[in-house]
Amino acid sequence: MSDLLISVKNICKIYGMGEIEVHALSDVSIDINKGEFIAIMGASGSGKSTFMNIIGCLDRPSKGTFFLDGADVNKLDKNQLAEFRNKKIGFIFQSFNILARTSALENVELPLLYNSSVTNKDRKERAYQALRSVGLGERQYSLPNQLSGGQQQRVAIARALVNEPIVIMADEPTGNLDSRTSYEIMEIFQNLNNKGITIVMVTHEPDIAQFALSNIIFKDGKIIANSPVKDRKFATKELDIIKKQTIVKATA
Amino acid sequence: MKIGNLLIVAYRSLSRNKLRTFLTMLGIIIGVASVIAMLAIGEGSKQNIQASISSLGTNSVMIMPGSITQGGVHMEAGSQQSLTREDAEAIGSKCDAVKYISPVIQTGAQIIAGSQNWRTMVLGVFPDYFFARNLTIQSGAVFSLLEDKAAAKVCVIGLTVSTNLFGENADPIGQTIRINRIPFKIIGLLDKKGQNTFGQDQDDIIIAPFATVQKRMLSTTNVHMVMASAQTEAQIDEAKEQITQLLRVRHKILNEDDDDFMVRTQSDLSNIFGSISKVLTILLASIASISLLVGGIGIMNIMLVSVTERTREIGIRLAVGAKSRDVLIQFMIESIFISFLGGFVGIAFGILISMMVANFGGWPVSVTIFSIVLSFLFSAVVGLFFGWYPARKAANLNPIDALRYE
Ligand SMILES: Nc1ncnc2c1ncn2[C@@H]1O[C@H](COP(=O)(O)OP(=O)(O)O)[C@@H](O)[C@H]1O
Ligand SMILES: [Mg+2]
Repeated sequence: MSDLLISVKNICKIYGMGEIEVHALSDVSIDINKGEFIAIMGASGSGKSTFMNIIGCLDRPSKGTFFLDGADVNKLDKNQLAEFRNKKIGFIFQSFNILARTSALENVELPLLYNSSVTNKDRKERAYQALRSVGLGERQYSLPNQLSGGQQQRVAIARALVNEPIVIMADEPTGNLDSRTSYEIMEIFQNLNNKGITIVMVTHEPDIAQFALSNIIFKDGKIIANSPVKDRKFATKELDIIKKQTIVKATA
Repeated sequence: MKIGNLLIVAYRSLSRNKLRTFLTMLGIIIGVASVIAMLAIGEGSKQNIQASISSLGTNSVMIMPGSITQGGVHMEAGSQQSLTREDAEAIGSKCDAVKYISPVIQTGAQIIAGSQNWRTMVLGVFPDYFFARNLTIQSGAVFSLLEDKAAAKVCVIGLTVSTNLFGENADPIGQTIRINRIPFKIIGLLDKKGQNTFGQDQDDIIIAPFATVQKRMLSTTNVHMVMASAQTEAQIDEAKEQITQLLRVRHKILNEDDDDFMVRTQSDLSNIFGSISKVLTILLASIASISLLVGGIGIMNIMLVSVTERTREIGIRLAVGAKSRDVLIQFMIESIFISFLGGFVGIAFGILISMMVANFGGWPVSVTIFSIVLSFLFSAVVGLFFGWYPARKAANLNPIDALRYE
């Protein structure tokens, strides 16, 4: 059982606004092992983001138990949750959520600033290495408004990686990107997953879900399917095909 | 979380928004600078008034005709004519707590020397007057009691009079001038005294023997005031008492009746002016404090706006692992930094403004350490106090709500 990373049992999330109660999640249970790459699919409003926020320690469930890396998250206080977000989880958002008017490097440094075990010298070096690992080594001083959407998302990925988390949570990371850029992001994800990092990703695009190892489908706050991916796609290969197509187009 | 990292975070956030930082600071700068400048002006006038009062002479006691109220009617000091030369002489011989005594009469006069003419004030006094008022002679000599008895046409002049009649650095001793067409011989030149608090040139004066001015120029028996000085500082009140008793007897004032004269000591005057300048200082300081308060509210306003404006940023910070304490401290550092730097710049500006007021406005100013410490502490408190609420607000945000904020 040492492979178990996330264990969720019967969690519910109820958004109560007076008379009306929204059951965003009802009785969701799932175990996620280390090294998995899961794509969560489902219609809009089916509770995907709510689920991600809970397992990403950004929000708490109304009911149910949640263990992350052996710890009972319900028993953690606010500060311990912050520590988990800082050290164990890398969160990636659809809307990038990087700081405006702040260079790529400083954005990536951010989680390290809240990690007291990192020295000043280490911080810059680690932030730079993280940027390099997503192919933005040369853009460390660029500001967000000087970067494309795909590059901004890569800054966000570098930021998620910099504290060497055990799991990456990505809520529609390619939702704002074109397909080629999406594939580039998937290439990074697959490389990370090959190195042993667990990835949980929400997407509503079936072709993006095919880069994962298994797919979960949400409907009305419940998991209705959980199956391994049959014809798994590999981003490096797909990108090669796209490159060849563009060369053919250009020469034609 | 290391405080050093929070300093980096706060510094980056402030430097990314230089204009906002500067505008926030401006409120504190103006507040602190005006506290410093206004307290400097208040303190300067206070010191200046005290200096003017002590320049009246040490241990001095002034006796003026008239009383504050006469038959229910408020009278101006000196509006009555109840004091005489004989009163002054009686005080001099009978009151043993009095050291120097001199009646004073004064009149404006037109002075002619050769082709030059000048309008000034002429005082008629006893030689004691010079000692009672600490007036010293630059060259020549003071007239004697004998010259007073003889109503001799001699005088001592101030520097302004000398300069206007004879030119800069001229020696006027021995020259003859005409005061209201009467020829006077100049026997002494006074040391320079400069302006007093009320802007009067104290060197624009001519002093002549009492009898000369009284008989030859005014032909009156009344005097405008009597200037006395006590033997020692400890005897000022005793002198005041002796003078009052003596004059009541001489003026035949019955027990229940009011005095027809006023005795004012130097400490009476400094008390009056001291309380006036205290009121002035408090007034100035409260105006300045209000501007500092407005500056503080400015900090709170901008910090509050920036909490709202930066909700998403706070959400991002919380999402990557900032604790609420980290956010709280970051916002506190930002507002403390703004108020401290604003405080320092404000102190520099305040001193600069005070110096400009002194140089160009001719106002006496005095910047005290007290005012610097006070306004600095005030700005620090303003920063802490008005920074606290927005910082708390930021720190208590829920990460998910903050991230979802549009
Ligand atoms: N803060 C909230 N307050 C009230 N209802 C919410 C809130 N967040 C989400 N919901 C509701 O919960 C349900 C699930 O939302 P969400 O998890 O965002 O769905 P998805 O990400 O799958 O589109 C939706 O019906 C949504 O309206
Ligand atoms: Mg969603």
